[in-house]
Amino acid sequence: MVAKGETIPRIRRVAVMFATLLLFWLMLMGRVTVDVLIVGAMASLAIALLFPSGLSFFTEFRATPKAFVAGLRYYGLFFKELVKSNLRLATIVLSPSLPIKPGIVKVRTTLKSRMGRLMLANSISLTPGTLTVEMEGEWLYVHWVSVESTDVEGATAEIVAGFERYLEVIYG
Amino acid sequence: MASVLDLLGAILLVGGTAFLLSGGIGLVRMPDAYNRIQAGTKSTTLGPLLTLAGVACLRPDWGLTLLLIGVFLLFTNPLSSQVLARAAHRVGVKQAPQTVIDRLAEDQGEQP
Repeated sequence: MVAKGETIPRIRRVAVMFATLLLFWLMLMGRVTVDVLIVGAMASLAIALLFPSGLSFFTEFRATPKAFVAGLRYYGLFFKELVKSNLRLATIVLSPSLPIKPGIVKVRTTLKSRMGRLMLANSISLTPGTLTVEMEGEWLYVHWVSVESTDVEGATAEIVAGFERYLEVIYG
Repeated sequence: MASVLDLLGAILLVGGTAFLLSGGIGLVRMPDAYNRIQAGTKSTTLGPLLTLAGVACLRPDWGLTLLLIGVFLLFTNPLSSQVLARAAHRVGVKQAPQTVIDRLAEDQGEQP
């Protein structure tokens, strides 16, 4: 993982981190004045220098029009799945028989970038009945409240494929 | 004047609270740690998001800050759940008797 991070120049990673943090700070403050800028710049720079290998939202982001479209569609899918996930969970916990069939299945991702994998793992944790437990390279171990297929291919198609399509374009 | 927004805000607040309630019931009813984490994660993401959206309807001038809180929740919530589940599995927390499969334990068993 360290070796992979080194492929992107250090200075660029620090710059991306700094810009993201500063933008976040300015949005949080809701106004752009000299004192706000100075404090924000100092804090952002310190954090960016202390954690140069850290991930931020735009790390490894491909700034192409296609990536933006994929990003929008990704969030559309994501929120749909999040609502579905909550409704299904509510049905499960409210039904007297508690119809669960839990288990941990193994799935494989084709995503290469660290940020892409992070987003995938996070998305899995927020979609119907699945929770990422452990990650090893391209393998993800996912806890599933109602296991539908126990083999790698079936589970991958069921859990990963939907998000991977978009994340592939956004982060690679 | 702003009665439509007020109404929408109230509906969103109630909806968010309902999801949080379902998460709470899930925490009590689920049989083991992993399923409890599942119940907790989903509802503590959508619940607060709806609540924040509701507040944004009632106080539109707070919108940007509320949006940022929402983004923060979206990124941190699944992460903490994942780490909790991983820690539970590493120290060998037992799974419910209904569990049908555990590929992770199988794969770890193969390694010396």
